[in-house]
Amino acid sequence: MGRIKNSFNELTRSSMWKSVFRHKLPRDDKNRALAILTNVFFHLHPVRIRKQGVRISYTWCMGGLSFFLFLVLTVTGILLMFYYRPTTQHAYPDMLDLSESATLGLMREMHRWSAHLMIITVWLHMLRVFLTGSYKPPREFNWVVGVVLMVLTLLLSFTGYLLPWDQLAMWAVTVGSNMARATPFMGVEGPGAQLMQLGNVPLITAGSDVRFVLLAGRFVGEGALLRFYVLHCIGIPFVFVLLLAVHFWRVRRDGGISGPGKGGPLPL
Amino acid sequence: MLDSIQAIIDRLFAPEILLTASIVLLLLFFKYRKFCTQNKWMIMLILGGPVVYFALSAFEENFWIQFSKPDNLPITLMLWLVIFFVWLAMRKGVENDERVAAGMPVAEDTKEQKEKVFVWPDLIYIEFLMLLAVFIGILVWSILIPAPLEEPANPQLTPNPSKAPWYFLGLQEILVYFDPWLAGVVIPSLIVIGLMALPYIDPNPRGNGYYTFSERRYEIPIFLFGFLILWILLVFQGTFLRGPNWNFYGPYEYWDVHKIVPLTNVQLSEYIWARLLGVGLPAFWLVREIFGIILLLMYFVALPVLLARKWFNKFYVQMGAVRYGIAVFLFLMMVFVPIKMYLRWMINLKYFVALPEFFFNI
Repeated sequence: MGRIKNSFNELTRSSMWKSVFRHKLPRDDKNRALAILTNVFFHLHPVRIRKQGVRISYTWCMGGLSFFLFLVLTVTGILLMFYYRPTTQHAYPDMLDLSESATLGLMREMHRWSAHLMIITVWLHMLRVFLTGSYKPPREFNWVVGVVLMVLTLLLSFTGYLLPWDQLAMWAVTVGSNMARATPFMGVEGPGAQLMQLGNVPLITAGSDVRFVLLAGRFVGEGALLRFYVLHCIGIPFVFVLLLAVHFWRVRRDGGISGPGKGGPLPL
Repeated sequence: MLDSIQAIIDRLFAPEILLTASIVLLLLFFKYRKFCTQNKWMIMLILGGPVVYFALSAFEENFWIQFSKPDNLPITLMLWLVIFFVWLAMRKGVENDERVAAGMPVAEDTKEQKEKVFVWPDLIYIEFLMLLAVFIGILVWSILIPAPLEEPANPQLTPNPSKAPWYFLGLQEILVYFDPWLAGVVIPSLIVIGLMALPYIDPNPRGNGYYTFSERRYEIPIFLFGFLILWILLVFQGTFLRGPNWNFYGPYEYWDVHKIVPLTNVQLSEYIWARLLGVGLPAFWLVREIFGIILLLMYFVALPVLLARKWFNKFYVQMGAVRYGIAVFLFLMMVFVPIKMYLRWMINLKYFVALPEFFFNI
């Protein structure tokens, strides 16, 4: 045991170790602070925090878990992209291959269950933030960003729902996207759509309304699959990560996790 | 014996009874919050009751079919988690309210809790352990339960029931009572807008950064009514209690495709012109629907003014006309959903205003 400890200490003194970690082992206050400050990921946190803000009965840990599940979904999603082709010809057989041919194939399972879980953790995070009044000044704007992130979470799941290209996928998305038909002014069966005319030419038809834009067609088919795939893998995650950065940054800027007596606006 | 109990429970889960019972239970929970969060037996009932109910019911064949669908498992988990966390927040809120009443600082604001700790290790370790636990949970879950895959997509074969993804089932549920442009577009948009507007229309500066109930006795019931009753409960109902043709099926009822539910819905215009006045429906739409239009204008325009003068006067003065107007519109819109549901159940009302010629039905 002593020998391992010695060689470990030797290692931490090497120039290579020091080039990576700019501090000693976090055994004293100075190095505990440096451990947070010199690491880009830990740097999301402040160095010190009020005890109340750490307690799991206060935070429920739901925001952190939502982010963790997002990471799990990203990693498993990237791995799934190696196997999956978003065409009506290949999508479903690729699903079968994933469950039957991929060695230790758990990625689809992990992706699906994490996706369900992430929606639940996001909702519970919102519930916690509401019940602790944490949306109140100075955190109003960050609540708004959080609401957008929640909507994006649902849209991420909704676009992903189509990709297995089985009956559940196709019809759930059909039911969901049929609603777009009734969008006021922009859906072919929405109120006010008849008013959208140029001369006698109707602007809103089944081939030009908001549902057509969403599905790239009049029904859920090849176009919709590609569109949902791009939105699911690139489009929405791109916006999501940007807003996530704003969300985390604002938590820090607005005074860290909420707590009593921390209501006032912060000086710059 | 068991059959008749199951029949009674099936009946109790009918939408009109379920919604009413849930509202009553929620109000009782607010009223007797101290008893519900501190009495040993009540705690066991609230947190253990649902578990026992699901565990016992799982032995029933039809219940098991719905309960054991892999995609329904997270919904069952969510139901319990939501109950637990609302209960937990209320427990801490009640404690804090008692501390404030006794002149003490809230539990989050004691001298000990105000002390600062280092994020490394105090917070990093909690985060690490939590993510490890959840990761192991997902791993075990993934090993035990394969991700479902149905038959290949077939545009010619519509499954019955056709359901939206589970988190939208609350919206699909109100599609029973509202036209698609409301249930599918306007109401979800207003939910999102309303949530975003929340920090700006909430005039109460108290209860920021700690659990409380007494200091926020309007906000918390309104939010929880929306979240628990109009969202979570309807998701549950849409998942477990809606079968073929979106008919209602009790938890122990077989999903019989041939179950026939009579459609007897009547327009408001027909009620007034044909049944009350005994004349035929006028041909011109504005005359035909005039009563419904007046009723809706009274609800969304006259009622806010009336409320501003009487019961909501405090808020009107505090918030100013614009903020009050937005807040009260969102509030009335939220209450409009259950009102329409009750009118459907009581007098089979189909639409207040029915203008199929413009796809405009309310």
